[in-house]
Amino acid sequence: MSAAHGMASPAPATIGWTREGIAERVAQDIPNGSYVNLGIGIPELVARYVPAGRTLVYHTENGLLGMGPSPAPGTGDPELINAGKRRVTMMPGAAFFDQATSFAMIRGGHLDLSVLGALQVGANGDLANWSTGADDAIPAVGGAMDLVAGVKRVFVMTTHVTKEGTPKLVGRCTYPLTGRGVVTRVYSDLAVIDVTPGGFRLVELAPGISFEFVQERTGAPILRDDTRQAGA
Amino acid sequence: MIDKRLASVREAVADVFDGATVMVGGFGEAGSPIELIHALIDQGATDLVVVSNNTGTGLVGLAALLRAGRVRKVICSFPKTAGSTVFPDLYRAGKVELELVPQGTLAERIRAGGAGIAAFYTPTAAGTPLAEGKEVRSFAGREHVLEHGLRADFTLIKGRVADTHGNVLYHRTARNFAPMMATASGCTIVQAAEVVQAGELDAESIVTPGIFVDRVVHVPQPALESALNEAGASYP
Repeated sequence: MSAAHGMASPAPATIGWTREGIAERVAQDIPNGSYVNLGIGIPELVARYVPAGRTLVYHTENGLLGMGPSPAPGTGDPELINAGKRRVTMMPGAAFFDQATSFAMIRGGHLDLSVLGALQVGANGDLANWSTGADDAIPAVGGAMDLVAGVKRVFVMTTHVTKEGTPKLVGRCTYPLTGRGVVTRVYSDLAVIDVTPGGFRLVELAPGISFEFVQERTGAPILRDDTRQAGA
Repeated sequence: MIDKRLASVREAVADVFDGATVMVGGFGEAGSPIELIHALIDQGATDLVVVSNNTGTGLVGLAALLRAGRVRKVICSFPKTAGSTVFPDLYRAGKVELELVPQGTLAERIRAGGAGIAAFYTPTAAGTPLAEGKEVRSFAGREHVLEHGLRADFTLIKGRVADTHGNVLYHRTARNFAPMMATASGCTIVQAAEVVQAGELDAESIVTPGIFVDRVVHVPQPALESALNEAGASYP
């Protein structure tokens, strides 16, 4: 019994999946043995939730296959880093290679999956995740355009709406594109949604979230059939 | 006898001329040839076009070269790494040009330049602002963008070990752009933490064959950008 018993219970800090919850949900969908590139930031969390018994091989585009977790703080090698320029480790079987080889893996379709963040996803599978187009922004793209152009499946991990409440899943992206028609599936805090030739299609709702709640926060119609509810 | 060693970084960059295009290896601080870059600052060449994945952090290395006003244009994929303020300030003030290139396209342009390929079609960036003004052609129903090979007058890279013939091995993710950049310029300069005689390296393991390398300088304990920045260093 909490000390606050008798007072109105506060609204939960989050509804639907937390960032970790989204990562855990993504991890369920990655088969054993996959070669995977996790984008910098929230997608990196996916590595923590890979189900027991599955081994994934992580690619980092700056030139390492078989990337391992971060070393203990204050240790590690400043020249053993990931694409976010943070120190990492390497797993047994790891390999180093140059940038042309690294992007041959990406562009040549050798990687099974890329998990990326998003500013916007269009119902046509367009992705915008590198620039808001603001006048004072320093444009920087890194390997995002190569990843979406070349990797077989592109999963997007994102909050369903911006901090201001604006939908990130939209009919057509208004921000500068990273790639056209490249997104396979979106994992948000509210739902798992496929991008299909007919537009967004609901795959699964987060615990306690209704279809209507998701649709109200989405900038394009969501198709629906045989929807599963997580935890149901 | 072949011996590509020079006695100092100063001699190694002595003939870099104003207006030269210079490729600089490194992804973040990994592989950044800081001693060669600092020697280039001392040497004084200006109006340079720099090809590099990033633009340096703090006030050392590439950031110091930019801060010294020596760079007219940067060809780059990610010029705003955490801790990089020099390039963003110069760019906002209109004092440096930027050609933004997707990272894989940058690597392939350099590879093509070094391999005698004038241009190539890639699906990367099709339909995005970075394809604007470029020739687009459809292959197997998919749009591809024409990108041109890239060459330079000089290349500055860092190796772990080099031999007197210019064969080079790298250290982990410090390899990044160096093997392609070594092929794509008229004069490739390697700073290596260890320099050995020809024949001492395992010929099966060599990453950059010596034909691509013109000059080798021994820099036994190369500085790291992060360590210099933590110490509050600035160059010169």
